[in-house]
Amino acid sequence: MAREIWKWLGIPLIMIGIAAAIVIYSVNNPADSIVERMLTYDRVFRVIREHMGLLLVSMTGATIVGVGGGIMLSRPSLYRIGRVMETVVNIGQTVPSLAVLALFYTILGLGFNVAVFALFLYSILPILRNTFAGIDGVEHNIIEAARGMGMRPLRILTKIELPIAFPIIVAGLRTAIVINVGAATLATFIGGGGLGDLIVTGLSVHRDMIIFNGAVIAAVTAILLDYLIGKVEERVVRWA
Amino acid sequence: MIKLEGLSKVFPGHSIPAVKDLNLEIQEGDVCVLVGPSGCGKTTTMKMINRLYEPTGGAIYIRGENALQMDPIKLRLDIGYVIQEIGLFPHMTIEENIATVPNEKHWPKDQTKQKVEEVMTLVGLDPEVFRARYPAALSGGQRQRVGVARAMVSDPPIMLMDEPFGAVDPITRARLQNEFLRIQERMGKTIVFVTHDIDEAIKMSDTIAVMREGELVQHATPSDLLSAPADEFVSNLVGRNRSIKRLHLIRIQEILEEVDRTKPATEDAKVDEIKKQLEESDIRSVMVVDRDNKLKGVIGVSDLKQKAGEVAGDYCSEVADTVTSDATLNDALSVMLECGEGYVAVVNEDDQYQGTVTLGDLLNVVKEDS
Repeated sequence: MAREIWKWLGIPLIMIGIAAAIVIYSVNNPADSIVERMLTYDRVFRVIREHMGLLLVSMTGATIVGVGGGIMLSRPSLYRIGRVMETVVNIGQTVPSLAVLALFYTILGLGFNVAVFALFLYSILPILRNTFAGIDGVEHNIIEAARGMGMRPLRILTKIELPIAFPIIVAGLRTAIVINVGAATLATFIGGGGLGDLIVTGLSVHRDMIIFNGAVIAAVTAILLDYLIGKVEERVVRWA
Repeated sequence: MIKLEGLSKVFPGHSIPAVKDLNLEIQEGDVCVLVGPSGCGKTTTMKMINRLYEPTGGAIYIRGENALQMDPIKLRLDIGYVIQEIGLFPHMTIEENIATVPNEKHWPKDQTKQKVEEVMTLVGLDPEVFRARYPAALSGGQRQRVGVARAMVSDPPIMLMDEPFGAVDPITRARLQNEFLRIQERMGKTIVFVTHDIDEAIKMSDTIAVMREGELVQHATPSDLLSAPADEFVSNLVGRNRSIKRLHLIRIQEILEEVDRTKPATEDAKVDEIKKQLEESDIRSVMVVDRDNKLKGVIGVSDLKQKAGEVAGDYCSEVADTVTSDATLNDALSVMLECGEGYVAVVNEDDQYQGTVTLGDLLNVVKEDS
């Protein structure tokens, strides 16, 4: 049991440890008074909180809408639209995240909510596409066997299609989360807060240590979340 | 049991019907094989029976009830279904796969479990070994068995099978076919079986329905089909060597009593007695069994020329291959040809000696029939 927990939490704990060590060292050994003022525990915790807020709200919304939309588009009646959507999403993903934020700033103005909304829209794309592709990729003969044995369409969706598509849907979630953590550092440009605050502040006062702190925490967050989702997936998918 | 009346299917966007005006009646407990070249409408016909395809004309009666007015879900739950690529669910264990229909029918857990074990044993999969495995860990033949078990678990009176033994090698296929016939003998299900292989059709069927371009050409027992093909298409389909095809129709057990002439020698029988026995008859060899009647080997006349010992066991050489008594005469012929011998020993499942079939016996059967 102890070994099991260590296997799960070993790498995350080491990564958090490294990030914490860097933060503690930087805060306690400021190069000058500017760094001392700009890089405090209070500030670090605040931007982490903000960043997690951006992430949590936008990802929750994107997961619900992306998975739900992907399921709907995979139904026979909407399937044609789904195929078109795949192309649209692929084009949509080529738009840089900074451009997306800028676009919503011009339409909706500044603030946390606008940043969340922009991140939400940007994260839907990979989730929606992967959900659709995952369900679409379930072999036809499997569906036919299920229908022929008398399973209802809703049961086929929940018992057959979604479980088989699950690894692909999760791959979409992982992509979205990694993009989202990175893109959320840009939220600071439209007043959304988050780890980007540290980076932008560091840039404006020419203090690399502050930039470095923001970047390390963001990177660790992305790697950690990706790792944990991967581990959960491993537990759930035992058949592949 | 199943009656198709003027059944037609035109797929949207096609001008030529896939099935047109098909009339077919299948008796309870019969295996009816739909056979024909690909695109002849046999699979379409089958899929209309459980309404995976909705007919565009005609009617389907199951036990006198109009199937087109029944709830399709209820209809399908009572019809076993096995498809060509088996369609096992990769994310479910073998046990979960087989329990699909019971779960849809909301059976109690322990009843499902018991029934799953029962059908697994029936199709020759040890529940203890295979229960928790995933389909990816199974061989082709084992997957086909799971497919059949899954279709049979809720004991449906009717089963639809679309080339269920298509995706395995010929040897495994013959074994699965024989096993399936043995099971069917006990279960007596009404089965609609689709194949493009006329040999399989002849072997598996009580009646054969030959289809071409969406129409039924002939519906007859395999024996009638062989002796009186309705037209050139059917006679081309069954081929010129109809007498050999007839060998598919007869199981070894049916002729075994007539052909069994010599008793096998026991392992510890005196060699001199065997010598005498062989000299007195026109038989060139004698089978040797042990005390449990298990086949040990064969002694030919030439084997006795050397001096090896006192008892039969010292002389006998191993037999190359055997057949079981529920195999067809065609199976026996294949074994003889493969081994280059004029005979083959017949054993039961426990390897106990049942008798010997020779090439001459097969010739007699063909002669009698034609």
